[in-house]
Amino acid sequence: MLQTHQNPVYEYVHSADQDSPTPVHHPVIVVGAGPIGMAAGLDACTQGIPAVILDDNNTVSIGSRAVCYAKRALEILDRLGCGQRMVDKGITWNLGKVFFRDDLVYTFNLLPEADHHRPAFINLQQYYLEEYMVDRIRQAEQLELRWKSRVTAVEEKEDRVEIRVETPDGEYHLTCDYLIVADGANSGIRKMMGLESSGQVFQDRFLIADVVMETDFPPERWFWFDPPFHQGGSTLLHRQADNVWRIDFQLGWDADPEEEKKPENVIPRLKAMLGEETEFALEWTSVYTFQCRRMERFRHGRLFFVGDAAHQVSPFGARGANSGFQDTDNLLWKLKLVLDGKAPERLLDSYDAERVAAADENLLNSTRSTDFITPKSEMSGTFRDATLLLAEEYPFARGLVNSGRLSLPAVYRDSPLNTSDEASFDGRMTPGTPSTDAPVNEGDWWLQLIANNRFNGLYFPQETDGGLGDRELTTLSTLVERAEVPLDIRVVGAAPRLELPAGIHPVADSKGVLKARFDGRPGTFYLFRPDQHIAARWRGLDREKIETALQRATGRI
Amino acid sequence: MIETRKLNVQPTLSRPDDFYNALVEMHRELSEEQSRLANAKLILLLANQIGDEETLEEALKIAAEGLNKPTVF
Repeated sequence: MLQTHQNPVYEYVHSADQDSPTPVHHPVIVVGAGPIGMAAGLDACTQGIPAVILDDNNTVSIGSRAVCYAKRALEILDRLGCGQRMVDKGITWNLGKVFFRDDLVYTFNLLPEADHHRPAFINLQQYYLEEYMVDRIRQAEQLELRWKSRVTAVEEKEDRVEIRVETPDGEYHLTCDYLIVADGANSGIRKMMGLESSGQVFQDRFLIADVVMETDFPPERWFWFDPPFHQGGSTLLHRQADNVWRIDFQLGWDADPEEEKKPENVIPRLKAMLGEETEFALEWTSVYTFQCRRMERFRHGRLFFVGDAAHQVSPFGARGANSGFQDTDNLLWKLKLVLDGKAPERLLDSYDAERVAAADENLLNSTRSTDFITPKSEMSGTFRDATLLLAEEYPFARGLVNSGRLSLPAVYRDSPLNTSDEASFDGRMTPGTPSTDAPVNEGDWWLQLIANNRFNGLYFPQETDGGLGDRELTTLSTLVERAEVPLDIRVVGAAPRLELPAGIHPVADSKGVLKARFDGRPGTFYLFRPDQHIAARWRGLDREKIETALQRATGRI
Repeated sequence: MIETRKLNVQPTLSRPDDFYNALVEMHRELSEEQSRLANAKLILLLANQIGDEETLEEALKIAAEGLNKPTVF
């Protein structure tokens, strides 16, 4: 098979920790250097927590694997310093097309709104993402990635976790305050700890074929139900970087995975789909089954399970890797506050509460997509076909077609860290929601401004002519001074000539997008957590209320 | 019998025989499979017209009432 990509081989390096007579201590150790483990390590580094990542292998992903990265994942990767390379190399797409048999049923646009920094989705082979993350880790201080280092024992002690690490030149022990487990769907640590991930195994098999071809197909997601070239099954087509195309065929449960992935069996399927005259070369094939399952809890004392180790979904909707990034986005700022003694240890329970609820939402969505794509009964198939037949001409049915509900960030609606609204607001920015984006200042983006790993305030002042009243200024500066956790406040439209105290910054909203998306009438104040989710909002500036909300958002009340 | 809050179970059609006849007539020239498909399309069209989840849930419960399975949705 053709290779557009050569996997790097990273060198095993002997660590000084191995020569220490007693186990060396690190605040955070991450097990697993997949995208989510590396995101955990980079996030720790960004927050100022020294960390070590251990991986039993010495290269990046074999094969393209997870290829669809959603807007929210890109925003998180921006904060970790890898977003721009992803977008530069990746294929940006917003349009999806759904076909049934011979016909185009409908077209959807995932990002119908302008004025966002990042697109709805990009496609990129997982190995590129991992390489960018490795490069970033190598530039980082106080963050180390140790290859060929397998964790073979985990022991939780009262005030730390002790682990045993097996390497090419012997075993050694390490201790940490917190162990982040990111060792994937078949998590060895999970098994070692006697923990389970339970749910549903789907009786179906899918064939992935990565194909290299020069073609003028547009960069869109094309999904076929029961196409003439693959009758009875579904097929998905996606463009990746380097002219690589991901084609995914539903095979059914009885298919023989070893036979199906042989080139002599894959190529006829591709020729039927692409036409005899299309020139292509096969790059990678794989046959997979999937499960929808999760662990009962993601926090076990000083152990935190993230990504596929904690929860696994079907690939429809790209909710695997995308939700994994939201796990570490949620966890690391909390660990930082607890390690610094600025928040009680129980703040860490909110990781479990928020991310278990998010996993359930992802599981529900991906299970429903799976049921639509592979109906489990004759009647379910009849309704599926009826929906598709209607959708071509009757718009109402398009909302029922489910070829994957594409990953959207979870809203922590019922989080214990939220402060409930006292007033009414228009728009979607309710407490628990990740902040939307907007163009601000000269060429900045709102989400970049609040990617500072601190709590942030957004204030729409009473006067809209650039002034700020004395009472407002006193309240804001007292808030910033007295805050027990790092807090910055941005004042919309404040004239740059104003002398603002440290921690208070003007933000220009010349297009009025911030005001529109946050329903920013004069006097409105929003409080954002370091992961950019909204903790609280008010229609007036009230220092005590904001301080109480800050306490709640950090688990202190 | 299931009590309903939103679903109207009192007669509303002015010419019930005409509708019933049209319903049966729709299936006359159809195969079993085509009929199943036509019924499914009809349900989807009407559900969209009703446009209220609570009303539809009540209808779903009544439709499955007593049919060899617990009426839990």
